[in-house]
Amino acid sequence: MYAQALNTVTEVSKDDPAKLAAFQARIDAEEKIEPNDWMPEGYRKTLVRQISQHAHSEIVGMLPEGNWITRAPSLKRKAALLAKVQDEGGHGLYLYSAAETLGVSREELVDALHSGRAKYSSIFNYPTPSWADMGMIGWLVDGAAIMNQIPLCRTSFGPYARAMIRICKEESFHQRQGYEIVMTLARGTPAQKKMAQDSLNRWWWPALMMFGPSDSASQHSDQNMKWKIKRFSNDALRQKFIDATVPQGHFLGLTFPDPDLKFNEATGHWEHGEIDWAEFNRVVKGEGPCNRERIKARIKAHDEGAWVREAALAHAEKRAARKAAARIAAE
Amino acid sequence: MQTPLLTYTLRLADNALVLGHRLSEWCGHGPMLEEDLALANMALDCIGQARNFYTYAGEIEGKGRSEDDLAYLRDCDAFRNILLVERPRGDFAFTILRQFLYAAFMHPYFERLSASKDERLAAIAAKTVKEMAYHLRHSAEWVIRLGDGTEESAARLQEALADLWPFTGEMFEVDETERALIEAGVAFDPAGIRPLWLDTVDRVFADALISRPGDGWMQTGGRRGEHSEHLGHLLADLQFMQRAYPGSTW
Repeated sequence: MYAQALNTVTEVSKDDPAKLAAFQARIDAEEKIEPNDWMPEGYRKTLVRQISQHAHSEIVGMLPEGNWITRAPSLKRKAALLAKVQDEGGHGLYLYSAAETLGVSREELVDALHSGRAKYSSIFNYPTPSWADMGMIGWLVDGAAIMNQIPLCRTSFGPYARAMIRICKEESFHQRQGYEIVMTLARGTPAQKKMAQDSLNRWWWPALMMFGPSDSASQHSDQNMKWKIKRFSNDALRQKFIDATVPQGHFLGLTFPDPDLKFNEATGHWEHGEIDWAEFNRVVKGEGPCNRERIKARIKAHDEGAWVREAALAHAEKRAARKAAARIAAE
Repeated sequence: MQTPLLTYTLRLADNALVLGHRLSEWCGHGPMLEEDLALANMALDCIGQARNFYTYAGEIEGKGRSEDDLAYLRDCDAFRNILLVERPRGDFAFTILRQFLYAAFMHPYFERLSASKDERLAAIAAKTVKEMAYHLRHSAEWVIRLGDGTEESAARLQEALADLWPFTGEMFEVDETERALIEAGVAFDPAGIRPLWLDTVDRVFADALISRPGDGWMQTGGRRGEHSEHLGHLLADLQFMQRAYPGSTW
């Protein structure tokens, strides 16, 4: 899963103009920037923020789906769900590693998440009360994530781009798996169909919000576009997602909770109704259904695991000390 | 009336499913990201083993029951797992020590079962051996880290050992059902690997600076369908969807 491009303000650079120009020339030539290369401070900060938000989203994103692992309705679904949530943990791990190449530690990043300084994708602040949500998250949330992530495979920072290539492969598998869950429900009993429809009604708008504010309201992606951290606008990606997803839903006999949704023959695009940006802003600010419990669950796991991490560290130190003592004794 | 082979196969399946369930409860809540992934790996192995054994059990029974029918539509008294695996997940010391005590037995057990005269059991066991080798290595490393870590980790490990030890005896039990299969070369006598198991336990415990309790009274009953209070709650969780929406395809 994935954090929407959160469109954070990029600081105006005070770097050496000659170095900046050379840097921009490399970006324009589609060269990858590597960790030891010179880079403007604003570029580094933007990337640390974006990659760590993405990593946090993967880790927090384990919770809403983890909610169904012990209750999955068949052993095959259980194994697939567990493997999927594990993949998300793996994505978190390589994204934290990519962020670490920029000179921050995982501990600092995790601390920023727990203290509320760092954000994660707001979509995970919605609850998963039904099994159908496992399908809907795969189909819609991972589907929206892929639209955002495919361009990131070509993003200018090398370690991030390479991590995204691997992540995209796994996400597209998750998306197909999610759609297949929804399809099974849509073709199932009346109770299963209702489960799928109710879930779509709850997830559709939050999924559209994953692409971030509309371009007219978004103040600052110009610099990120110029640095090729970001390559497409929020609205363009959202439109692409809607055009791909609406026919898939109709194919299953499901309806979308948007009375204004209609196909424009002239443009070839699906037009959607007004997105409730007030809701988006509320959830980003912390007033979503699960914001507090998601972060509390992360903090709890971290705090309860502290003694384990301390033990591992203490043991490693003891071993190293014993080895050193043995070496001295032998000399 | 179950045939001995069916009972035996269900015991193997139920052990794997129930332990896999307990391990999966950690997903998203592990003490560190790397360990979250490792616990999920072990849970996935166990669930995979359960699926193989259930599928075979359904075929042995010959009444058309699927892996899901066996996992989701039997009540506690039909489950044949040992009590060790149904204990609630506890803290990380409890979880990892249980995994160690179980894997230190199951690894050599499946190694020997892979020579079973029953080809299907032999094939499943051969695949399972490789997985249990990883469970054993991973859990043993952690037992040592915790025992020879901090004062707190050592105390937690010692506490977990006191809780778990009385549940280890059931792994080595043999009843009439199993005796017949052992004699036919289908099953393997677990009593035969007790010295090996004790040796593994003692070697790891020596590095972990803890000692095993003496052989005293042992809990028993799971393999006969006599379970603790905990299994019912586990099944309520596990079986909820199949019970609430009977006869649906998922």
